[in-house]
Amino acid sequence: MPPPGADAEPLLEIRDLRVSFRTEAGLVRAVDGLTLSVDVDDVVGIVGESGSGKTVSMMAVMRLIRDPNAIVEGEVLLRGRDLMALPPNEMRQVRGGEIAMIFQDPMTALTPVYTVGWQIVEQLRAHRDLSRRQAKARAVELLAEVGIPNPERRFGQYPHEFSGGMRQRVMIAMALSCSPSLLIADEPTTALDVTIQAQIIELMKSLRRDHGSSILIITHDMGVVSDLAERVVVMYAGGVVEVGPKAAVFRDPQHPYTWGLLGSIPRVGRTRGRRLTVIPGQPPSLLAPPAGCRFAPRCAYRFPKCDERPELVAKVGPGHLDACHLDPAVRPELRRERRTA
Amino acid sequence: MSDVLLEAHDLVKHFTVGGTAFRGGGERVHAVDGVSLEVRSGETLGVVGESGCGKSTLGRLLVRLHEPTAGTVRFGGRDITTLSRRQLRPFRRELQMIFQDPYASLNPRKRVAQILADPFRIHGQLSGAELRRRVRELLEIVGLSPDHVNRYPHEFSGGQRQRIGVARALALNPKLIVADEPVSALDVSIQAQVINLLDDLQDEFDLTYVFIAHDLGVVHHVSDRIAVMYLGVVMEVGPSDELFLHPVHPYTEALLSAIPAIEGEQEEIRRERIVLEGEVPSPVAPPAGCRFHTRGRYATEICSVERPPLVDHGGGRFAACHHPLDAKGDAR
Repeated sequence: MPPPGADAEPLLEIRDLRVSFRTEAGLVRAVDGLTLSVDVDDVVGIVGESGSGKTVSMMAVMRLIRDPNAIVEGEVLLRGRDLMALPPNEMRQVRGGEIAMIFQDPMTALTPVYTVGWQIVEQLRAHRDLSRRQAKARAVELLAEVGIPNPERRFGQYPHEFSGGMRQRVMIAMALSCSPSLLIADEPTTALDVTIQAQIIELMKSLRRDHGSSILIITHDMGVVSDLAERVVVMYAGGVVEVGPKAAVFRDPQHPYTWGLLGSIPRVGRTRGRRLTVIPGQPPSLLAPPAGCRFAPRCAYRFPKCDERPELVAKVGPGHLDACHLDPAVRPELRRERRTA
Repeated sequence: MSDVLLEAHDLVKHFTVGGTAFRGGGERVHAVDGVSLEVRSGETLGVVGESGCGKSTLGRLLVRLHEPTAGTVRFGGRDITTLSRRQLRPFRRELQMIFQDPYASLNPRKRVAQILADPFRIHGQLSGAELRRRVRELLEIVGLSPDHVNRYPHEFSGGQRQRIGVARALALNPKLIVADEPVSALDVSIQAQVINLLDDLQDEFDLTYVFIAHDLGVVHHVSDRIAVMYLGVVMEVGPSDELFLHPVHPYTEALLSAIPAIEGEQEEIRRERIVLEGEVPSPVAPPAGCRFHTRGRYATEICSVERPPLVDHGGGRFAACHHPLDAKGDAR
């Protein structure tokens, strides 16, 4: 538990993050003003469709965007320290040390030419003052902790000898090896079958209890977010359209995009025999996104004001913010009509 | 509604992996290992299961894109497994397929007009102005602009490409379409559009679907009946709602419980998560007896010895289990 008053300062604060890429066709604005914070002992889920900027914004936070045509602007504060201004060697200590990341496809995140054990030991020794022997003992412990059977034998095996679910466990073991204060998980279960996904979700929950790391999980799966996260951030076309406590966002969503997103999901026991409510059209091109609200071209409720960019502000409750010009008083009515239409 | 359009009887498909062309040898993958099921006219039969359970192989066997190792497929009462290529041709018109990857399943060097005209050329139907009109009509049916006939696949988004795949499947007025993970490569909002489209087309053209997918929410939404597969075998078949509310097979129960619930979902379908231990065994050497016995929590002696047959549990429900669950969810 954090001491009283500790939550005054968020663990991670992203302020007006912008990522764009210079291309032959013009400037692609992949992330356009992302602001969000993660508290100590917090689990935040970022949801959104492909191209909404979820992954690229987290890569920017980790300063892993190496493309010379990328322009990254904004502030990323980890316990008040601006990561964007850190010299590379200090940033390297933050990566893997204070912030760890796991990816959708563990096969590409692990190198195929070294054993799994070697890779964990390398990670440990880069961040901790451990002897080879101590690091090995710790690595075996970690493999056992993430539920890999026969950890001693598995230590000496190569990534291709592991199944998808087991590889993701290895990634989690590596991520946790330095007890990071923040774990960024980018679609950690997307490549896995639902029963293996359930195993990984349970594992992440128990590790969070034991290690006290905050988690920032990126996913397109509303079920996974609902299961793990305490707060939900909905992204669309490079920006946040809605953010709030999980219960508020799922039970009383405010932004028409969130309505559409939730309405599109076939839910067991709810939608059978009914049509899914769809969002017409497709996300905008990030080369020339709409000047005002980015969702306006697909929104059934747009009115002249939508030509202005809406700000992300709390209108319906503490901590529940949305970027929509609609009067909060009329939204429940509109949403009801939409669902019965 | 109840007449059987397609019937699979004891279908088996083994693949040989490894080995060499001269020596032979290698290992046999038991992809589909004795599947019997029927697809009724006008219905949507969902097929679910985890990767490697054989659902895609089954789909391909049903339209004879794979030759079965053993067993038969009957379409409209006629055994199509023994037909020659020429004899099969009229059946090909009636049995179509939609594939998962809208990027890989369309030839990148062909324009949409050509992709959609090919079925007619192959089957010697329509030509000239009539063909062009039909191609434009097909695009309209699937919600694309007929003015896009001269575009190449890469000029379309994933959702639009999947619509082209649907148009191609519809071209020859088929009776049955096997859709193999037709929406799993798409974002949720686009996925919903394609699901609604398939739904409309079914009503409009009296189509029968075999809908293969790993997403249980999607399968439940579209299917009248569902077959649950595990390691090449059907574990349970039944009407969608009953199967989801009261699974008979412990594997179905575990599979359903693994779906993460969305906040605010109805309580009755929320269930305690049963986390299955371990992973799916290799289909090269599937477990003897019941294939699920290595992970089933109710498994006993008999489960590792005797393969349970698919038994009628009433109300159109069949399950292959020695310890089926009753309505309260308790194992016998």
